[in-house]
Amino acid sequence: MNKNRREFLKTAATGAALIGSSAAVDKLAFAAPDQHTPAGKSRVVVAHDPQLHGSDGKLDDKRAQALLDCAIASWTGRDNPVEAWRHIVPVGKVIGLKVNGLGGKGIATHAVLTLAICERLQQAGVKPSQIVIFEQRTHFLDACGFQHVDNPGGIRTLSSEIYGYEPQPSSYGSATIRLAKALTVCDMVIGLPILKDHSGAGVTFAMKNMYGVVDRPQDLHATNCNPAVADLNCIPAIRQKVRFTIGDAMTSVYDGGPGFHPERLWRPNSLIVGEDRVAIDHTAWQMIERKRAEAGMPTLEAVGRPPRYIATAADEAHKLGVNDPQRIHLMEV
Amino acid sequence: MKVPKSAWIFAAVAVITMAMTVGIGCRKSAIDPFPASDAVKGWQKTGETRTFAAKDLYQYIDGDAEQYISAGVISTSTADYKYEGQLEAVADVHFMSDAVGARKIMETGRTSDARQVQLGDAGLAYGQSVIFRRGPYLVRIVAYESKPETQEALLSLARGVEAKL
Repeated sequence: MNKNRREFLKTAATGAALIGSSAAVDKLAFAAPDQHTPAGKSRVVVAHDPQLHGSDGKLDDKRAQALLDCAIASWTGRDNPVEAWRHIVPVGKVIGLKVNGLGGKGIATHAVLTLAICERLQQAGVKPSQIVIFEQRTHFLDACGFQHVDNPGGIRTLSSEIYGYEPQPSSYGSATIRLAKALTVCDMVIGLPILKDHSGAGVTFAMKNMYGVVDRPQDLHATNCNPAVADLNCIPAIRQKVRFTIGDAMTSVYDGGPGFHPERLWRPNSLIVGEDRVAIDHTAWQMIERKRAEAGMPTLEAVGRPPRYIATAADEAHKLGVNDPQRIHLMEV
Repeated sequence: MKVPKSAWIFAAVAVITMAMTVGIGCRKSAIDPFPASDAVKGWQKTGETRTFAAKDLYQYIDGDAEQYISAGVISTSTADYKYEGQLEAVADVHFMSDAVGARKIMETGRTSDARQVQLGDAGLAYGQSVIFRRGPYLVRIVAYESKPETQEALLSLARGVEAKL
């Protein structure tokens, strides 16, 4: 870990106020985003803290919060977390956080991450009543640490099983679905997927997380979820509203997913952040492949489930983002 | 017309066999495989049993459902447990159409660090999970934390489930 990063974490972990903390700000010294990303490239930040999990295997909440701040600061080029978040989210609008709890408690979006984002959103001026945390099913939401509470005065935590779906279907290509109302009530959605191997798709992360905003995801699994993942993300409400991803790669499963397989549990201790969902998924896929190789496992291609939907999402028919490594500006911090 | 005695015996055996087959099938698909709280020392059942037919399995394990369906799952039941108030675990019992399906799923997920254990027809233990099959049943119990007592605790719960199959 470099000195700047170490100092930043130290400042955060000791409880110093990160908002306007000039000490942390000066040490990070990032350029503005338009200056630190070459033209025509998609910026993806992989923020990593090797000490995120203690020797007892428990996630250090303070370090997780600091990692979020570091990731957002790096992506925006704004060191002050409040300013950084104002750069990402429109104030006065309803912001959705699509968590992922399909794999159960062992491999769900960490509540500490979701709550830290909620805190930063509020500090940036988003009212609690304008924040919606949502998942497809009640027990998925429960796995993420939340219960269904439709509290109009505060942060809403919604299960689409209860909150429901739009009556009219939406279509694009192979995907004809009904959208979760929890998504359609939002002006902007931030995807909070958790990095996993997937028995069909190969990898599930930013784009595949959108299977949790539709009524019948089981209809979208044919042929390794390709082109369904790309088609689904092209449905206008998803393409337009889901504009940012804060990917939870603090823990992961590199095989046997998407369910929780502790024998394949892995702790990348990272967050993967950006607005280009394709570039993020490509980055996540490479991480999974590196881990599989390290564990002596065959590639996803070799086991018959390469995540081809990523290339499909980048093609001329979809144009959801870029999957060419030459066009991804990867910042590892 | 007089029916030969042997024919009556054959018919009776056939009827009894059919009744037993149907009866066993019903009994097995309807059994509750989950030990009640304290039925296994230290283990509390912390939630209601949820059961999903094959067609609804995606509601529980969307994405994983296909491999179970292709292996012939009929239904999956699941229940949450807690050991000594701390260690959380989930027990899944998959009722397959035959033992071949149970074996297929178990072998597909097998990794080199598996330890063979005496459970059902075949059992495997990992640091944080136990899986075994017995006839058409496939049982998987997974803990959410790794503690020194985790594996033994999981094995004790697994034996409790096995006794109810």
